[in-house]
Amino acid sequence: MYQALYNLTSNTIISTLIVALVPLTLILLYALFAIWLERKVSAHMQDRLGPMRTGWHGWLQTIADMIKMIQKEDTIAADADKKLFNIAPVLVFAGSFAAFAAIPFSSAIIGSEIEVGLFYIIAISSLVVAGILMAGWSSNNKYSLLGAMRSAAQIVSYEIPTALVVLTMVMYTGTLSLDKISQQQTAYFWNWNLFGGPEFGLAKFILIPFMLVAFIIMFISTLAEVNRTPFDIPEAESELVAGYFTEYSGMKWGMFMLSEYANMFAVSSIVSILFLGGYQSPFGYLGNTLGIEWLVPIEQLFWFVSKTLFFVFVQMWLRWTLPRLRVDQLMTVCWKYLIPYAVANLIIVGIVTLL
Amino acid sequence: MNYFDIIFYLFAIITVVSAFIVVTTRNIVYSAYSLLLTLFGISGIYVLLGADFLAVVQIMVYVGGILILLLFGVMLTNKITSVDIRTGTIHLLPAAVGSGILLGILWAVMTWTDWKTYDTQIPSTTIFGLGKILITNYVLIFELLALLLLIALIGAASIARREETEENN
Repeated sequence: MYQALYNLTSNTIISTLIVALVPLTLILLYALFAIWLERKVSAHMQDRLGPMRTGWHGWLQTIADMIKMIQKEDTIAADADKKLFNIAPVLVFAGSFAAFAAIPFSSAIIGSEIEVGLFYIIAISSLVVAGILMAGWSSNNKYSLLGAMRSAAQIVSYEIPTALVVLTMVMYTGTLSLDKISQQQTAYFWNWNLFGGPEFGLAKFILIPFMLVAFIIMFISTLAEVNRTPFDIPEAESELVAGYFTEYSGMKWGMFMLSEYANMFAVSSIVSILFLGGYQSPFGYLGNTLGIEWLVPIEQLFWFVSKTLFFVFVQMWLRWTLPRLRVDQLMTVCWKYLIPYAVANLIIVGIVTLL
Repeated sequence: MNYFDIIFYLFAIITVVSAFIVVTTRNIVYSAYSLLLTLFGISGIYVLLGADFLAVVQIMVYVGGILILLLFGVMLTNKITSVDIRTGTIHLLPAAVGSGILLGILWAVMTWTDWKTYDTQIPSTTIFGLGKILITNYVLIFELLALLLLIALIGAASIARREETEENN
């Protein structure tokens, strides 16, 4: 995308800024939609209606809430560490925003086509952990600190199964570039990595169950990494008020919320890129059939957003279905079940790929 | 001066200033977060040098691993943040001499080394070359490092386990 914009504007600064603005706009639009969706999903699961009054079925509710949030007083607790307290939301949001630089929304919309994209996303999301710890500590409040500790412990532990599954997929696809992984899983859904990848043969059928295991491990551990239920003990509202962002109000609280939803989108998109073909359509492209070339990237954007939003929806669905895990159960799931299975899976997929 | 120069100086300033804060601040948490900025700045400079993999590893290992554990330790330890971590005696002269000698050595090495320069384009990625070299030329060192890490891991596990049994007794 950068190269195309550079050819269009022939200015490095302008094209870089536009490249950076595209994911930001997408995140903001998506967050507006996702917060409304979360309310509606939760409401319908509990046999309620949810927001109904602002706009058709309450779709303007998030915008109204945002206007309210901007007007709110920005309170800082007297004993809080002011500098760190103010930096923390920015750091958290920067970490989740930076991940979007390497995500291919379609074959034409990619911030940066770096070869180490997948690895970069795993690495840069550690900024979020640092930001969460900063928020928890600087609030000078036992609930915030406890929430931050739990969150950091959880994210650091669940990074291991995620990294192991990512390693499996990297071994199988032979590249770290998210764009190339998407490209390999060409147009039809039986070519997706979940169904054994694009090469047709005996190995494809042997791989299907192991890919399914990898997919489930990846989904569970990414769920834990974004602190969603059943892994939401960092912000368990019945124990810790709101966890690490208890003391925040107004726009700073909004940044934590935005970052949470952005993270949900980021991990869902990684799952869909690794296993469900990323931006590839499951049934071939209308643009190719009709001979309209510019339609293909738009279709790809549509498929990418649909797949990713589906996973976001599943995350919301789980939140209103499953009870919260205890801390010891959380660690047991990670260290005693997910990591051994992920290692075994890594070895098996490695052997099958090699043969 | 083109854009890359400006970006380089930006990262260099971030690195140096935050490194200065790391050693001078009295608050250990400020120190830790300044260290984050230092490591981040260094990784930015790696990116400018075309070492993409190294830059990501820098963030992954130092920011994602070591620094988070450091912060975790600091925050779990009760009241450590209010303790004055600077020692009372400051040996100014030995410190100045020591760092002066180190600076001199580094300077000398940098100016006298016959650096090889190539006029080729910076490759778009380094991972393929790096991966090949790691399992061909440097495979022995690579495996030895893996063994060392395994030993460290088993050692850590055994230390943690021993404490647990003592508590039970």
